[in-house]
Amino acid sequence: MIAAGLGAAGALAAAGAAAGSVLPGRARLIASGVCTAGVGAAGCAAGAGALGGEQWTGRLPELLPLAGTVWQVDALSGLFMAVAGAVVAAVGVYGIGYASGHGTLGLASRTAQAVLPLFALTLILVPAAASVSTFLFVWEVMALSSLLLVLVEHRARAEVRTAGLWYAVMTHLGLVLLLAGFALFAARAGGEGFAELRAGAAELSPTVRGTVFVLTAAAFASKAGAVPLHAWLPRAHPEAPGPVSALMSAAMVNLGAYGIVRTGFDLLGGGPAWWWLGLMGVGGVSAVYGILQAAISSDVKRLLAYSTAENLGLVLVATGAAGLFAASGDQGLAALALAAGLLHVVNHAAFKALLFGAAGAVVRATGVRDLDRLGGLRPRMPVTAGLFAVGALGAVALPPGNGFVSEWLLLQSLIHGLEMPGVAVAIALPLAVGLVALSAGVAAAVFVKALGVGFFARPRSREAERAREAPPLMLAGLGLLALGCAGLALVPGLLGPGLDRAVADAGLPGTGSVAGGALTVRLHDIATSLSPLWVALALTLAVLLATAVPRVLGGRRRRARLWDCGGGAPTPRMAYTATSFAEPLQRVFDDVLAPEQDVDVTHVRESAYLVERVRFRGRVPDRVEHRLYRPVLDGLARTGRAARRLAGGSVHVYLGYGFVGLLSLFVVLVVGW
Amino acid sequence: MSALGYAAVAAQTGAVVAGAPLLTGLMRQVRARLEGRAGAGVLQPLRDTRKLLRREPIAPAGTGPAFRTAPALLVATTLVVATLVPLLSTDTPVAGRADLILVVALLALGTVTLALAGLDTGTAFGGMGASREMTIAALVEPTLLMAVFALSIPAGTTNLPAIVDGAVREPDRLASPAGLLAAAALVVAVLAETGRIPVDNPSTHLELTMVHEAMVLEYAGRDLALVELGAQMRLTVLLGLLASLFVPWGIATSASVGALLLALVAFAVKVALLGAALAAAEVFWAKVRLFRVPELLAGSFLLALLAVTASYFLSGA
Repeated sequence: MIAAGLGAAGALAAAGAAAGSVLPGRARLIASGVCTAGVGAAGCAAGAGALGGEQWTGRLPELLPLAGTVWQVDALSGLFMAVAGAVVAAVGVYGIGYASGHGTLGLASRTAQAVLPLFALTLILVPAAASVSTFLFVWEVMALSSLLLVLVEHRARAEVRTAGLWYAVMTHLGLVLLLAGFALFAARAGGEGFAELRAGAAELSPTVRGTVFVLTAAAFASKAGAVPLHAWLPRAHPEAPGPVSALMSAAMVNLGAYGIVRTGFDLLGGGPAWWWLGLMGVGGVSAVYGILQAAISSDVKRLLAYSTAENLGLVLVATGAAGLFAASGDQGLAALALAAGLLHVVNHAAFKALLFGAAGAVVRATGVRDLDRLGGLRPRMPVTAGLFAVGALGAVALPPGNGFVSEWLLLQSLIHGLEMPGVAVAIALPLAVGLVALSAGVAAAVFVKALGVGFFARPRSREAERAREAPPLMLAGLGLLALGCAGLALVPGLLGPGLDRAVADAGLPGTGSVAGGALTVRLHDIATSLSPLWVALALTLAVLLATAVPRVLGGRRRRARLWDCGGGAPTPRMAYTATSFAEPLQRVFDDVLAPEQDVDVTHVRESAYLVERVRFRGRVPDRVEHRLYRPVLDGLARTGRAARRLAGGSVHVYLGYGFVGLLSLFVVLVVGW
Repeated sequence: MSALGYAAVAAQTGAVVAGAPLLTGLMRQVRARLEGRAGAGVLQPLRDTRKLLRREPIAPAGTGPAFRTAPALLVATTLVVATLVPLLSTDTPVAGRADLILVVALLALGTVTLALAGLDTGTAFGGMGASREMTIAALVEPTLLMAVFALSIPAGTTNLPAIVDGAVREPDRLASPAGLLAAAALVVAVLAETGRIPVDNPSTHLELTMVHEAMVLEYAGRDLALVELGAQMRLTVLLGLLASLFVPWGIATSASVGALLLALVAFAVKVALLGAALAAAEVFWAKVRLFRVPELLAGSFLLALLAVTASYFLSGA
């Protein structure tokens, strides 16, 4: 099943790329979109096969020179393949609707339609790669194809070009780190296949192991959008077209988590506590920093991108906790924490693809991403609004949403880490619990803002007023994702055996940490259980009761005007905007966010007592970016400007450089060797 | 599970639904007497609810499903919580599902639905109330969760009946530093969650200060009755939760009619005492400025964090 699935995915991707670059007009969109969806379905089937216990190893020597390519699919790969495949399949359908009627400039262009199936294929192939060269090759194709897709609207907006530049630089810095880490690993372990790495890892010195882990984990964390290497994420995801941001945010960033699990647990075979404490720290900071940035962001897609940083931060916390527990010797608890992290990857993929898809539908209908200028979309785009609400319910981590189940598991695993000895654990775990809880609290405010300000109330701009419901194909794709969210929310227990296998393949002997069949999530050797379906049923019953009983007693509902304080009908300008909604939160977290405010007062020329004009500007820059990246970029720019003086244009000076260079080379050769 | 278990669940849910207006009436009466007024009597909120339930609800122009379903959802989440929390008995059919994290999350769900309803009206008041409510909720939820953890660490589970059961058997747990810190943090969080005085004034209609009232201004008739009932039930359930966690004596740990009746009386007395104490305290307190509220909540969050750390150190190493 795996081999057939991967083969079908490869063939469909090739067909899709060919169709996308050859066919004209609407036929191109349909052919390429259908092929992309097919790639996703095939990948999902292959992943499901692996989750069911199947294994597959393959070798295609002719695909790459020298080393050839090596592939292996186990349950851990299968989980990520299935998630990426499911997202790709739904987004493929959605993408046909998104690109149609959108001109040839953007996603409908030949290049974009040719690249899209390839990007989809790499999302599925990265977890299947089983040698360093194969992995890096697929990884880089994924980075390049996603870069091209981010750039498709570069003619329409200048910000797209900036975002593309940031993304290109960041992703290649990540590649350099990854290359360095894997090269060191392969050189010391005596082979570049994952099997050889696994075998050779035990003989490495602790320093080498630590270096390999830090280098690769930094690269993977950057792909997962972890602070402080997240700078590309809030730029690239918003500027990309809807389907691309959905794919990047719901499928590509997961591969960062996959890489850390694969190298940290499987290839290196676990490590000392400091690796994992570091990872938990990065994850916890990303979670809180990401959700705070989301809370003050008024751009809906930027908000969702920061929420991705938050959710992947939670996954990293879970992964770090798993490593920490494993290092302390409690394999069962480690398996539980890792299962929580993996389940959160699945849940996040489902609701984030849905949210980005619905946001894409809004942007397509209005051309506006600014929540301050949206509003009133619920009566105009009822289905999209409903789908966004389903996604938001998943994202706020409250029952009966799907995000709740995995955050519950994560919190359970952190609470029960108490049995671990050691001061580091006793400090790290409560802090981690606090960070997770804080991010969950702020997330509720974030998604109330996104849904309430963006979709409810009255439209605050003409674009929002003219919004029309998205085409059926887009809604169909989103509907599939919403079904996925509902399934994950109500019967997460179905994933239990697959999760156990994935955790076992990561090297933590699965003890059936999450079991209990479809209806209940029961934890092995912990006396706690959760039945999401039961909660949903109880809530439904209670709602029916609370609606029906008063209705028997009371009168009919009457339509009326809003209460206007006697001052005339309220206008949209009086309503709260996203910025005003977030203002109290921004004030609370003043010290963390460091907002900037400028007040320019222009006085009347005759008298300083009279004011002619006051201009107020408030913005909250990404502080990490400001403090960390700005100085480096400024330094580079300064060096560049200073170096310009070296090239004065005089041929004599250039000849002099050559002469001095040659001389110094000779000196070095004579003295050094 | 015996029929008595089901009777216990029904009894505690019924007690919360019927007792919530009475508790509010009692608290108002205590305040009135302390302020030198006669007061409207303990039964007034019940009469108000009955009156409102008969009146027609309003659907203001431009509002949608979020506005219409919020009152029922608010009551529904609180109803489910009322069945889960072991107020009368730890031996109920739902005992295995009464998870503390779930209880906190369900209460937060009620807050979220009401905030969305406030935004749905599109008025300045609705938005303002929702914004303030979510700001407070964003800080209350982590505090509640942290306090919950501090309590569940000695019990080794987040299952509520198990925690209460353990506290009845080993009262030392409650007197530990972690237990006391958690209690202090939880009290502040409950005050904020239910919109009581240092955080929000439940009897104000002054736009500069109101939080809860601003969100629900557009409701009328039976919707308003549900919103009010929901708020009253939340207060009752949370006070009951406090009582169950920190003064668990009297709660039935096995199924017998006598124990159940005793537990019902104990529950009523405990919640009434807590409510009266809160009302008396409110007479002497002033409402804190909105932007000082986060300081209060941050303080209680830190207390909860200390409680968790303390229980790690005291029972872990």
